Amino acid sequence: MSAASARSRGMMRASVSGSLDRRAMPADAAAPPDPREAGPAILAAEHVSLRFGGVRALTDISFEVRKGEVFSIIGPNGAGKTSMVNCISGRYRPTEGRIRFGGRDITRLATRRRAAIGVGRTFQNLALFGHMTVLDNIMVGRHHLLRHGFWTGMPYWIGGAQAEEIRNRREVEEIIDFLEIQHVRKALAGTLSYGLRKRVELARAIALRPQLILLDEPMAGMNLEEKEDMARYILDLNEEWGMTILMIEHDMGVVMDISHRVMVLDFGRKIAEDEPEAVLADPHVRRAYLGEADEVVHDIDEPADA
Amino acid sequence: MADLAPAGDYRSSYREDMTIFPTRNSRIALWIGILLVACAPLALGRYELGLLINIGFMGIAALGLNILVGFTGQISIGHAAFFGFGAFTSAWLHETWHIPVALCIPLAGVATALVGLLFGTPAARLKGLYLAIATLAAQFILEDFFARAQWFTGGVAGRITEPFELFGWRADREESYLYVVLFAVVVMYAGAANLMRTRDGRALVAVRDHYLSAEVMGINLAYYRTLSFGIASFYAGIGGALYAHYLLFVSVEAFTILFSIQFLGMVIIGGLGSIMGSLMGAAFMVLLPELVQAGADALAGGAVDRALNLGNSISFLREMAIGAAIILFLIFEPDGLAHRWKQVKAYWKLYPYSH
Repeated sequence: MSAASARSRGMMRASVSGSLDRRAMPADAAAPPDPREAGPAILAAEHVSLRFGGVRALTDISFEVRKGEVFSIIGPNGAGKTSMVNCISGRYRPTEGRIRFGGRDITRLATRRRAAIGVGRTFQNLALFGHMTVLDNIMVGRHHLLRHGFWTGMPYWIGGAQAEEIRNRREVEEIIDFLEIQHVRKALAGTLSYGLRKRVELARAIALRPQLILLDEPMAGMNLEEKEDMARYILDLNEEWGMTILMIEHDMGVVMDISHRVMVLDFGRKIAEDEPEAVLADPHVRRAYLGEADEVVHDIDEPADA
Repeated sequence: MADLAPAGDYRSSYREDMTIFPTRNSRIALWIGILLVACAPLALGRYELGLLINIGFMGIAALGLNILVGFTGQISIGHAAFFGFGAFTSAWLHETWHIPVALCIPLAGVATALVGLLFGTPAARLKGLYLAIATLAAQFILEDFFARAQWFTGGVAGRITEPFELFGWRADREESYLYVVLFAVVVMYAGAANLMRTRDGRALVAVRDHYLSAEVMGINLAYYRTLSFGIASFYAGIGGALYAHYLLFVSVEAFTILFSIQFLGMVIIGGLGSIMGSLMGAAFMVLLPELVQAGADALAGGAVDRALNLGNSISFLREMAIGAAIILFLIFEPDGLAHRWKQVKAYWKLYPYSH
């Protein structure tokens, strides 16, 4: 268990909320519900399966993410974690099953429409716009909130595009302050260090003003200090900004410390879903991570309970 | 490199921080540049003014292509056909409907944009080489249309058109037409600079840099890929219309694929994804043949001239010089003149240090 994230858990209580403007938060952020009491589900996957030809990436996955919780997906490499997140963000269409977001069926909703309903995400392999400045990258996140297209954008000074840009710049600066990337705001995203790029990507996802934010390995490749910072940002996002967080992460220390609930995937199947302590104690999970044979997931082509 | 604000340059509002020009001096330099061009008729002859006008309308068309190729990462090898369509549309509108030329030019831009959107629809699905072939089709279809649609282009005879006129002011000489082109260049370049710092411009660059994450950000890929064709064609149409009312004659044979390649050359030499680079590239392309000519003239009569017969092969030399320039730029300065200019500025700012 990592001492770093344990510390950040303690720090989050004292985190500075004064610097965050309430306007930048979703309206329902005022009182984050205690997720340990089963809140309403913001996201529900119902019997989701995903096949690529003969390869089964996901098999019959069902789970719910409750409003206001930090929900982590863990599992060995190739377990289908990113595939699951891709199904939620619209990159893949599930072969079977449904995905509901806020009660609405979004299984077949176009990827680009998911930003507007409140789903934001970061990518496992950095996906910034390398030739744009950090500021512009984050402003792209506000795309669906802006109204001035090329028609009124070209005569910038007439027609309100300038006012809109300035208004949004102000909100973007709040995100920049929160993530402490002021010093690089005019730098090209492609020239930044790995840890900073990860932070800019998180900033861009926050700029969408999502209700649910999907983080695909937010701490991969970071050193201890950067991980500490990132854990604190994630907790602040959850507690102060009221965002629900679905996270894929390999650092078990972090996952166990900051998650409210954890789901474990192995070979595209769900083998556990519970509170961190319970998951850690689960024998199937231990076997999946130790690589021993397991009677629950012995053969991906047969149903496990056959 | 990206952020070289001079010491003591403090901005206290977002409005100040979001201007097109990074420093006050660069803004002043631009005004001085515009003023110099405006004063050019006092000092330059008609031929040199003609070159400036050429740089102007070529620069507008090149900027359109740069928005498409440099900023959106698409490809088009049919840009000259759209340029030609703008020229014919403006001439046709004026002669058939007697619309004043001052209105014909923007209308020609809009009409060309619509044609560009039509030919740009494959761009919603195609990329790279496949898209290049699709735009090649646009080039040949439009060229064929110019040759056949006699009602529109005047056929083989071409179309004669009238000079620009506004409230009785006739811009029928280089000295006066220069101001029309200068105005158009300022408006179109300011428009592009504004586009690139607002929502749709950022979306275009986002589509180029990482289309998967652009989609997750809520950007409609097909819409923006097609839109960039529309905008590029709009600029080509305006450039073409300005060309038509400068030469006062539009020939069906002018808008070949070679001309399209020349536009691509301007964009590459000027700098992909740079607004002022488009103008630099256009200036380079217009002035390069003059330079070759001047070189040949200087050598005329000498031993080199007699040995290589320069006087008779000057037209080939021009083509070769353009080809060589593109190759040399691709090797030594793939980011174009705009990038080189930035480095020169950085050198002076940092002197005597190298970083």
